[in-house]
Amino acid sequence: MISASIRRSSHRNIVLFAGAIMAVAILVLALNLLVPAQSAFHVPTYAVSLFGKYLTYALLALALDLVWGFCGILSLGHAAFFGLGGYAMGMYLVRQIGSRGVYGNPLLPDFMVFLNWQEMPWYWYGFDHFWFAALMVLLVPGTLAFVFGWLAFRSRVTGVYLSIITQAMTYALLLSFFRNEMGFGGNNGLTDFKELLGFNLQAQGTRLGLFVASALALSLALLVSSLLVRSKFGKVLVGIRDAESRTRFLGYRPENYKLLMFTVSAMMAGVAGALYVPQVGIINPGEFAPANSIEVVIWTAVGGRGTLIGPVLGAVLVNLGKSVFTAEFPEFWLFALGGLFVATTLFLPKGIVGTLRDKMTPRKKAEPAAERPKPAVADAEPLAAE
Amino acid sequence: MQIAIRIVLMLLLAVAAAAGARADDLRAGIDGLGKGNFAQVAKGVQQLARSGDLRLVPVFEALGDGALYARKSDGTVFIASEKGSGLALTDALTGAAAGDAPKAGFERIRVNNNLRRAVRTAIGALSLMSPDRAARLQAAKAVFAAPADDSLELVETALASETDAEIRSALEDAKAAALLKSDRSIAEKQGAIERIAARGDRDAMSILSSFRAGADGDLRLGIDRAIGDLQARQAWWDMGQNVWYGVSLGSVLLLAAIGLAITFGVMGIINMAHGEMVMIGAYTTYVVQDVIRASFPQWFDWSLALALPAAFLVAGFAGFLLERGVIRFLYGRPLETLLATWGVSLILQQAIRSIFGPSNREVGNPTWMSGGFDFGGLTLTYNRLWIVVFSLAVFVTLLVLLKHSRFGLQMRAVTQNRRMASSMGIRTPWVDALTFALGSGIAGMAGVALSQIDNVSPNLGQSYIIDSFMVVVFGGVGNLWGTLVGAFSLGIVNKLLEPYAGAVLGKILVLVLIILFIQRRPRGLFALKGRAVEA
Amino acid sequence: MDTSPRSLLYLDNVSVSFDGFKALNALSFVVAPGELRAIIGPNGAGKTTMMDIITGKTRPDSGQVFFEDTIDLTTRDEAGIARLGIGRKFQKPTVFESHTVWDNLELALNRGRSPFATLFYKLTARDSDRIDEILATIRLTGRRDELAANLSHGQKQWLEIGMLLAQEPKLLLVDEPVAGMTDAETAETAVLLKEIARTRAVVVVEHDMGFIRDLDVRVTCLAEGSVLAEGSIDFVSNDPNVIENYLGR
Repeated sequence: MISASIRRSSHRNIVLFAGAIMAVAILVLALNLLVPAQSAFHVPTYAVSLFGKYLTYALLALALDLVWGFCGILSLGHAAFFGLGGYAMGMYLVRQIGSRGVYGNPLLPDFMVFLNWQEMPWYWYGFDHFWFAALMVLLVPGTLAFVFGWLAFRSRVTGVYLSIITQAMTYALLLSFFRNEMGFGGNNGLTDFKELLGFNLQAQGTRLGLFVASALALSLALLVSSLLVRSKFGKVLVGIRDAESRTRFLGYRPENYKLLMFTVSAMMAGVAGALYVPQVGIINPGEFAPANSIEVVIWTAVGGRGTLIGPVLGAVLVNLGKSVFTAEFPEFWLFALGGLFVATTLFLPKGIVGTLRDKMTPRKKAEPAAERPKPAVADAEPLAAE
Repeated sequence: MQIAIRIVLMLLLAVAAAAGARADDLRAGIDGLGKGNFAQVAKGVQQLARSGDLRLVPVFEALGDGALYARKSDGTVFIASEKGSGLALTDALTGAAAGDAPKAGFERIRVNNNLRRAVRTAIGALSLMSPDRAARLQAAKAVFAAPADDSLELVETALASETDAEIRSALEDAKAAALLKSDRSIAEKQGAIERIAARGDRDAMSILSSFRAGADGDLRLGIDRAIGDLQARQAWWDMGQNVWYGVSLGSVLLLAAIGLAITFGVMGIINMAHGEMVMIGAYTTYVVQDVIRASFPQWFDWSLALALPAAFLVAGFAGFLLERGVIRFLYGRPLETLLATWGVSLILQQAIRSIFGPSNREVGNPTWMSGGFDFGGLTLTYNRLWIVVFSLAVFVTLLVLLKHSRFGLQMRAVTQNRRMASSMGIRTPWVDALTFALGSGIAGMAGVALSQIDNVSPNLGQSYIIDSFMVVVFGGVGNLWGTLVGAFSLGIVNKLLEPYAGAVLGKILVLVLIILFIQRRPRGLFALKGRAVEA
Repeated sequence: MDTSPRSLLYLDNVSVSFDGFKALNALSFVVAPGELRAIIGPNGAGKTTMMDIITGKTRPDSGQVFFEDTIDLTTRDEAGIARLGIGRKFQKPTVFESHTVWDNLELALNRGRSPFATLFYKLTARDSDRIDEILATIRLTGRRDELAANLSHGQKQWLEIGMLLAQEPKLLLVDEPVAGMTDAETAETAVLLKEIARTRAVVVVEHDMGFIRDLDVRVTCLAEGSVLAEGSIDFVSNDPNVIENYLGR
């Protein structure tokens, strides 16, 4: 039962890590509330919101890791699910503005008044209720992922091809949301939010609450993910990643597994987006830019894909670096990010956590399949050279 | 009967004018302009114009400009200009100076808009007789575009003496248009409608539509039918124009994708920095033009000929460094290659931004790439035309290079069976690096072409990378012909969708169609079949 | 052979071509329940394509493929065919390298294969015993917690055979099981296969004539996509057609 105990200990690591996230969150809260503003240890409220934003990014990276690290699906469109969740939340927040908009129209959001629309499009109905918006945060990204995945996985689109069409998907969404006719505020997106569930979004309490909610969501997602990947379901996923045809000939249908994981992951990304929007106060089509999705990939790669803890660390570290760089040396941020992409793939293919884990485990570990030489566009399937 | 008399009269008048006789009648007519209200003056202008006497042109021009005066004492009309407090007089018919006179003795002939229109028409009609060929042609076209009530007689007069074939044809058109406005027989008008409809252009359509309201019965049916035909024909031309736009877009896509067809299609490398190779090519063009502008401005028209090899070398060298420095460590790991080259693309963008600044750079068009021409109902511009030609030339060159050169043979050998190629003495790493450099160099040349039609900015490459991948994936990996067909079909479909869906929605639709297509045929349009592909 | 009252696998007149190349040409082939059968043939004879057809990876252009007389395999996908009880071993050992030996076998066990079944799967004592039993059969008990990636080539082959056993198939298709094995391993593999064949039908594709002699079973020789000869190893290896096409002696 050694293998089971390894599994248990590794699950325990995740539990500890999730606990650590909550502990840090509480510490940040305490430093904000209990330490006087002039103290060097005081954490200002804007910084708390910034950390909150990082945590939503971490959740997004975790979602990507579930499909990339454990299932071998490199999605270059995960920010699209994040953006859709964000828009669902943004629509709720816009409806909460009511008649306090610039035009003071009690029924229509400002941008619709500006476009001379007479009535609200049908797909805006229901978003005045929080429960409905919350449902949509899960359902909209989930449905898109389900339909997209159902088509793609059934016809066995894999590897680079899948990556490229996920990128096309987010690009199509980017172009769509830029259109005013879509009814999502076009170029400017949705902003000028006032309150969430009756709480003023500018108030310190609300912002701390959102931060704690992000930390909770991340911790919960970590625990659920850990259970997921350690179940037999998770083992099948890794099996699909390493030798898809073998799982097929064992009687599994990889497309169903991928579809379920892809959909769950998209919903997780949607939740991340929904938590992100009230903390930054805006959602616009820029979130769908293909570059954003690729950035999520590098957070995951830096931290270590297939490790659950890695993507969380990676997202926080890279974004912390981004904040510092863009403030201190804005010219060099793209150099640094680009260099990070190259350096990670060349020198740290397993990421920080993966490399550390190898160092700490005396036994030689297997390389993830993706790192073995493999033909560019082929299944990892051996074929007789008859 | 009355018409016949008028025609005869007209002919007589024309002959008389040519002979220079009846000067007295003319003078009387001119003097008549000094009397009566606006309507009567306009009628006088019309009647005078029928003489077809070119000496009337300056008189009419003066009338239109308000420089025609009547002497109060005897009603004689002069062309006059103000001179001090008085007037400098010119004889209206001969154009000879007629001395100065105080203003008090003259009354200016006033004009209103209706009269001005009559004057313009009259001048136009007179121009039909002008000895200047260009003036006659222009006048005939003017009559066609806006026939006046009495244009018919003038046109027919002109036709009788016209010998130039092109002008005759224009006059026939003008006659047809004037006929519609006249009170001639239905049969003649039907003929006129056919004549106009045969032109098949937008002018014909607008003439016919303008007469449609006044027509009735059979005539109206005839006009409706003719307009219907015209619209159908116009729709074809419009579609032709859209197809041309599509071909043009397709050639741009082909240029952007063809290098990718080598690096991705043949070598299996996902180079996300491919767009930046295009950008490097465009900036090379900018630098070359900058040097030429500064030092050899007279060679500016040759700048592109210089920029092409320069861009090929610069981008090719950048590709060579990229392959040796990064990609060769990642063979067999396509997803990692994708990430690393994406990182390189960010670095290249920022480098260009740091060197050249974030704003667009001005790249000029040589004279032979400026302007355009009409071809039937199509409007073609030279820069687009040259880019289509250039993209096909690059495609053919590449095809020949791959099929018939020693390097092409080695390249195909390495991609098909690396170990075997290596054991036959081919230096595979060298072939890899050169192949990648070739693909990058072609991207650089694409940049030269794109600099002629797109903004040269650090983001140039980004806007093409997704489209390029779509083309290669749609066309089928590892097949240059697939890339060709993919590029042009995507370009044309995109542009044919645009009129119905709008530019952005059209692009979105194309993306969605490709995504769906990949589901049906995961290996593209021209995919190889069988087990070998999957090995 | 054709008079067998009940067939386990029945291929009739199966043809398939790739871009004009006829990989299988009107191939007919029957396996009886519990039979151990060896298939030989030169490169390009269609051995692997035949396995692809049986396991649903490739669809035939024409012809029929039946399992247990009535089940039409051409209408099912790989997973469905695997669930019917047809196991397949690849030429190159294909195991889940980042899983332990134990996990490899657990995944192969003939249990619920839907995502939800695996999500809520609990390892029972019965399943655990079964895995232990297979570990003993494939001589890997001592390495049960080792990652599959760290096994030797021969051990990977055995692990894959063990996975097929865990699948509890009625028919086992084995593609070149002894390629790259030492002589000792080869001999042991022959014993293992014969053992397995006691409880189920096995079809072995192999080039190693010595190994096939060890198996001592009925042999089918394929060439150019159809059956050239069928019978005992001595009968087949003396067939002039076979000598010309394959043995080349």
